Amino acid sequence: MTEFTPFASFFGGMLIGASALILMGFNGRIAGISGITSALLPPAPPAAEAAWRAAFLAGLAGAPLLYQLATGPIERTVQSALPLMIAAGLLVGFGSVFGGGCTSGHGVCGLSRMAPRSIAATATFMAVAVATVFVTRHVIGG
Amino acid sequence: MRATLTALLSGLVFGIGLVVSGMSNPAKVLNFLDIAGSWDPSLAFVMAGAIFVTSIGYRLILRRPAPEFASAFALPGRRDIDMPLIGGAAIFGLGWGLGGFCPGPAWTAISAGDTGTLAFFPAMIAGMWIAKTALAQKRALKTS
Repeated sequence: MTEFTPFASFFGGMLIGASALILMGFNGRIAGISGITSALLPPAPPAAEAAWRAAFLAGLAGAPLLYQLATGPIERTVQSALPLMIAAGLLVGFGSVFGGGCTSGHGVCGLSRMAPRSIAATATFMAVAVATVFVTRHVIGG
Repeated sequence: MRATLTALLSGLVFGIGLVVSGMSNPAKVLNFLDIAGSWDPSLAFVMAGAIFVTSIGYRLILRRPAPEFASAFALPGRRDIDMPLIGGAAIFGLGWGLGGFCPGPAWTAISAGDTGTLAFFPAMIAGMWIAKTALAQKRALKTS
């Protein structure tokens, strides 16, 4: 069980929105994590294109360290079955780039623009993710 | 330089948002997806908060002629719904439902170094590279 946290979650969501506005207002870019990450993989972009992406990801990876300094440990439970997590990683990486976005690019930025491709993608990955958890927890695991 | 600093700030705020909202915790994500079981609706509030701010803010920002530190807004213009979009999203959803990680939360988890994260993260990067390479080949075939 995890605790229902509507207020913290809504506020955290607003911060994610603020981040998307900073990146669009100053850099003119969509805050899509899979797109920003994959653009840095070979063949890598020119230095000027790489710099802002590397800086964004450094901020993203460093944020929990800053948060921990200010407040204390972060609650996080990660599944430890290695074959499962390797398969999950491959699927998430491949699917998000092949489908042109993940929860941030399609789910937050795309839905906010009412982009039809993002609406279709978000409906698809939400439905498949819910179905996957249903099968693993209630059909196989039940 | 200024554009690098604003990107760093944006990444920091994004990461803090993921942690504050609970979305950086895969257990919470899996419980959100588990509608028939230990359902935790919190993540619907994350999406609501993010879309609330972004939809209003984008409307104001995109009215301007250009972003502060770039010559133009880089916005995806395609509107067609094709197989790579839906197939990719379905594959992503499968992996998300298995591991509880999507790309953003995976980035915020690496500093903690849990075993599952250390398996997931490099696999995710490899999967992204495979998709990037496949898409580039598909594009090359189309233009040749």
